[in-house]
Amino acid sequence: MNTRLLWTAFVTIVVKEIRRFTRIWVQTLLPPAITMTLYFIIFGNLIGSRIGEMGGFDYMEYIVPGLIMMSVITNSYGNVVSSFFGTKFQRNIEELLVSPVPNWIILSGYVIGGAARGLGVGFIVTLLSLFFTDLQIHHLFITIAVVLLTAILFSLGGFINAVYAKTFDDIAIVPTFILTPLTYLGGVFYSIQLLPEFWQGVSQLNPILYMVNSFRYGILGVSDIDIGFAFAMIIGFILLLGGYALHLLNTGKGIRE
Amino acid sequence: MTTALSIQDLRKVYGNGFEALKGISLEVQRGDFFALLGPNGAGKSTTLGIVSSLVNKSSGKVSVFGHDIDTRLTQAKQCLGVVPQEFNFNPFEKVLDIVVTQAGYYGIGRKQATERAEHYLRKLGLWEKRNERARMLSGGMKRRLMIARALIHEPKLLILDEPTAGVDIELRRSMWDFLTEINAAGTTIILTTHYLEEAESLCRNIAIIDHGTIIQNTSMKALLQQLDTETFILDLKEDLDEVPTLDGYVIRSRDAHTLEVDVPKSAGLNALFQHLAAKGLEVTSMRNKANRLEELFVSLVDKNLKQESA
Repeated sequence: MNTRLLWTAFVTIVVKEIRRFTRIWVQTLLPPAITMTLYFIIFGNLIGSRIGEMGGFDYMEYIVPGLIMMSVITNSYGNVVSSFFGTKFQRNIEELLVSPVPNWIILSGYVIGGAARGLGVGFIVTLLSLFFTDLQIHHLFITIAVVLLTAILFSLGGFINAVYAKTFDDIAIVPTFILTPLTYLGGVFYSIQLLPEFWQGVSQLNPILYMVNSFRYGILGVSDIDIGFAFAMIIGFILLLGGYALHLLNTGKGIRE
Repeated sequence: MTTALSIQDLRKVYGNGFEALKGISLEVQRGDFFALLGPNGAGKSTTLGIVSSLVNKSSGKVSVFGHDIDTRLTQAKQCLGVVPQEFNFNPFEKVLDIVVTQAGYYGIGRKQATERAEHYLRKLGLWEKRNERARMLSGGMKRRLMIARALIHEPKLLILDEPTAGVDIELRRSMWDFLTEINAAGTTIILTTHYLEEAESLCRNIAIIDHGTIIQNTSMKALLQQLDTETFILDLKEDLDEVPTLDGYVIRSRDAHTLEVDVPKSAGLNALFQHLAAKGLEVTSMRNKANRLEELFVSLVDKNLKQESA
């Protein structure tokens, strides 16, 4: 396929993915908006006013970047894992497999589709946060770059999960038992400076900590970790998971008999 | 003449050790309307799955219009349209979106895809349903939707895996007309079906696969000539007193005014009718007991089973 045909195929997959999550917006876009509004009210306004400052900022200001990032992570992951598993389950993956679309285009299409939902929800949550606090973006490039790369990374994670999943339970296990705990412990609600030294060290093994803190740095200008290292790590994980996801597609794992 | 599909020594062993294909070889010529028949589990869907990249082969060679699927898969896929046995579209998507999206996977832009989709959906009587969700369609409409989707990139080779399963006879016949039309226009068609009447009336060449091996691969005409004996049902005007006998024919009574007669091809029907007329029996109507291909198919598969058991 030449470049024009590849582009058409890529756009087709992305549009199909965007059409899917916007068609079921009550399931995909509304719940995170409600959940995050509740976080803003309860943790930001009600409890946050008693906590005082965190990292030199109002508690509400401090948690907003983390909550935006949490939405991006869970929605990017959730979009691809449910969409690609659904495609496998309903067997309409065969529509793609019989066509000449190369595997890297299939992967890119799903990942950008997932990132689109993650970023879309992130945008909605950002707009909602403006009802509760003023957002002054400290470093626009870092803010945009880190949120985009994180959405891509977790879309890739969702894709790999979907390839391995055989039942609907399998697509819920990773988000529930791995992703949510890592996100909650990834510095969304607190600075790791508050933790004892040992737990600070343990926290630094959590990759989500680096994404949340990089994003917070982009918005507030404060971070618990080194931004350069965080970027290197995110890009490294993208290359690793991207390569692995492509390998799975090339070998037909979970999709070809 | 270019070979539309060439399969050489194709083997497939599934992960559980089941050997679905035991080294089959097959050629389908360009422009052919080819039947691939076999009992359930014989290896038909595995063969077509490998050709359409849905199943990984264990060994062997497959090429589509000269494009080896190991080295020129993209080109091979461009030539191929597949209508699977089971519904495999997203039931929550609209009919038009399903067809246009499939076109996009072949690099066809939205404008051209929509024009082609209109053409094929109109041809298949689905244009009025274009904005319906696919799950709202009847079984026959869903089958036609899969045909429209498979044709959207105008493939040279169309594979139809039981396209008329569960479709009523009127609709089945209209689908036969449509398939005959696109075959006449140059599309090579490979058909699997359990309706042997369908294969007999549509296909020029045939392969029968059983237990992962090809047990027949010939023209439909040559295959039907192998049929030694045909069984006919004769309806009589009057009730029978006794079952007539005639050398060379096996005549049985089904009920008081119906006979079942095994007619050897060498004997023909004239002697039978003369004999019945001499006995004062008037035949009001006559029909084959079973489709001719069906009789052959059953006998070939039985013979293969006995050989395998021996």
